[in-house]
Amino acid sequence: MDGLPSEEEQEMTTETATVDVDVTVPDPQTASHSKELDSNFQTVGEVRVANARMTCTDVNVYYGDKHAIKHCNLDIGENQVIAMIGPSGCGKSTFLRCLNRMNDTIDICRVTGEIKLDQQDIYDKRLDVVPLRAQVGMVFQKPNPFPKSIYDNIAYGPRIHGLASSRAELDEIVERSLSKAGLWNEVKDRLDQPGNGLSGGQQQRLCIARTIAVEPEVILMDEPCSALDPIATAKVEELIDELRQNYTIAIVTHSMQQAARVSQRTAYFHLGSLVEVGETTQVFTNPQHKLTEDYITGRFG
Amino acid sequence: MQLSVLVFVLLGVMALAYHLGRRRSLATVGGRVGARSLHSLPSYYGFYTALWAGLPALLIAGLWVFFEGSIINSMVVQGLPSELRELPPAQLGLLMNDVNNLASGNIVSGEVDATMQRAADHLNELRSIGSTALAIAVLSIALGTASLAWRAIGPKMRARNRVEVIVSSLLVVSSLIAILTTVGIVLSVLFESFRFFQKVPVTDFLFGLEWSPQVALRADQVGASGAFGAIPLFAGTLLISFIALLVAVPVGLMSAIYLADYAGPKLRSNAKPVLEVLAGVPTVVYGFFAALTLAPAIRGVGESVGLSVSSESALAAGLVMGIMIIPFVSSLSDDVINAVPQSLRDAAYALGATRSETIRQVVLPAALPGIMGGILLAASRAIGETMIVVMAAGLSANLTANPLDSVTTVTVQIVTLLVGDQEFDSAKTLAAFALGLLLFVVTLGLNIVALHIVRKYREQYE
Ligand SMILES: Nc1ncnc2c1ncn2[C@@H]1O[C@H](COP(=O)(O)OP(=O)(O)OP(=O)(O)O)[C@@H](O)[C@H]1O
Ligand SMILES: [Mg+2]
Repeated sequence: MDGLPSEEEQEMTTETATVDVDVTVPDPQTASHSKELDSNFQTVGEVRVANARMTCTDVNVYYGDKHAIKHCNLDIGENQVIAMIGPSGCGKSTFLRCLNRMNDTIDICRVTGEIKLDQQDIYDKRLDVVPLRAQVGMVFQKPNPFPKSIYDNIAYGPRIHGLASSRAELDEIVERSLSKAGLWNEVKDRLDQPGNGLSGGQQQRLCIARTIAVEPEVILMDEPCSALDPIATAKVEELIDELRQNYTIAIVTHSMQQAARVSQRTAYFHLGSLVEVGETTQVFTNPQHKLTEDYITGRFG
Repeated sequence: MQLSVLVFVLLGVMALAYHLGRRRSLATVGGRVGARSLHSLPSYYGFYTALWAGLPALLIAGLWVFFEGSIINSMVVQGLPSELRELPPAQLGLLMNDVNNLASGNIVSGEVDATMQRAADHLNELRSIGSTALAIAVLSIALGTASLAWRAIGPKMRARNRVEVIVSSLLVVSSLIAILTTVGIVLSVLFESFRFFQKVPVTDFLFGLEWSPQVALRADQVGASGAFGAIPLFAGTLLISFIALLVAVPVGLMSAIYLADYAGPKLRSNAKPVLEVLAGVPTVVYGFFAALTLAPAIRGVGESVGLSVSSESALAAGLVMGIMIIPFVSSLSDDVINAVPQSLRDAAYALGATRSETIRQVVLPAALPGIMGGILLAASRAIGETMIVVMAAGLSANLTANPLDSVTTVTVQIVTLLVGDQEFDSAKTLAAFALGLLLFVVTLGLNIVALHIVRKYREQYE
């Protein structure tokens, strides 16, 4: 699928650009029989939602010559958790990293298409990525606390954005963020100790606390539980569920159960294409696309 | 036979031994099909035989080369008429020198008489006998040991283990050579320093404020007090090194940051080697650049604003030395900055930090121990540097903190103490060893600190 001739690609770009929303609603009968990827990169299911925080239209990502995300359309709804699933290497992380322009840090990476946050195109040349990333925070797959104290880890974001005018205010932000991440009771007596002295699960919750300390509106999580034990995972999932009240969340996960537990919508990626999107319950109980079904039932391979 | 030819023949014997040993190991188990019942791979049997063929013979040849001269010499002396043999050692040495020259067809200092001619012929004869004997001895030893090793080969023989033992002992010997040399240098410096401290008290040396190593040769000589206070020298060293670091640390660090975090991969792969070339320029070249270009320029500028600048100044030497050690700082810092995991940078970027915030507040603190290590290595390089100082900063031991004055450093004084005609037991020359010892202790201390920091840093990310 990688080395598509450019002529064909261009043709498709124009095609998808004119695609209307309701065209993507498939006829379930035919859809469940299509075993192959849709050659027009059309997504099965409803890609748009009524109260969208972020709107992606015809997003393509290239690493050098490699076409990693192909003509992707997706909305991310407000105060909702959307789960992104799919086999390894299908582009989930890549897509997630587009949403706060973390791909800018990769030299060979090129993004085309349109991604809007509250009607503002985030790839607009005049847009400053610093406030964007403060607005769209990210939690990574591997916990990556700074080699600083627990306190400084949390305080880092508020400091660079000048969110606190006094030490007391900063203390309060730190306590609030750690409490939200369910870590406060475990670390309140050792705030001056280094963050990488915590256990893996605690570190991941520290990273989540660090992200919410900046008070972003959207939180992107890339397999946040892949390094955690079931107990820590349960805590993080609980946390995600609470955060949903105030934040918009996109989470990449390899665990179908996790996706089913925490998300309201689910998007299935396959080889760089967004194959199917829908209500989580619907995607898991009654997938429309054959590829989704195979993946969910474990027949993928 | 010539020694080089002999060595080549020996190599040939080793190759042959390898081949034969390998063949025999296979033959004992009935060819390739039986190779699995051998203890080791066939090639190990080959190596085993070859090593036995080569090493003892080479050892003998080495010993011979080492002792040949003195043995033959004493035999020639034995053959001289008795009145010549009775000559005092110095004259005998001269005579033998002539004989040697005569034997190898060089120009001889005095008249050639019959005795000398005879001695020279004797010498040549002995030499040719010696080299033939050597060739025969070496080759027969090689063949003998090789055939012994060859006969010992059998399926049960643990050839691999034995080869490994031989190889590892070769490695041990090589590293011992390096270590013993260091120990020897340290001991000799230590010993000579003790002799110096018998003439000049340690406290005078360590805390004395005046350095003027001219010792009075006659009692009535003026201006030759012989003061051996090392403070001015160390002050000069520190002043110049400080100026050098003042140049090298900011420039080196910033270029490292640029190369690591801002420059594209193409620029980076081109610029880094170019920067490292700076370290490869001979220090003499830097020296004359400092002395001929920079020092006069500094004086010109200084005088135009009404400062008195000596034509050789600490500033000129320090600036040029700083340029010289930039690559030490930049190359090491670049490596440690690159070693800071991308995930840390991502974490900062994802919080909305700008690039410079990320570098200042996340990357540099994380890389700081490694950077410190690089700076300390550069500092010990600066402290040990001699040439630039000789050429640009002068020789006068002023105790001053003014970079526009001429100062001198420890290494420069060591050089000036030892060049020219000297008695090797005067306080003046012995002082060089004491300075060397002190310098050694200082740079060793710096290196240990640097290595320690670097090691600690490594542990952090593993
Ligand atoms: N920095 C990069 N440079 C080049 N190619 C990349 C880079 N990052 C990702 N890719 C390629 O892009 C494709 C999608 O990668 P991505 O990391 O988004 O997959 P993923 O769905 O997150 O996989 P996983 O579930 O294993 O994390 C892969 O084929 C990968 O090889
Ligand atoms: Mg991924």
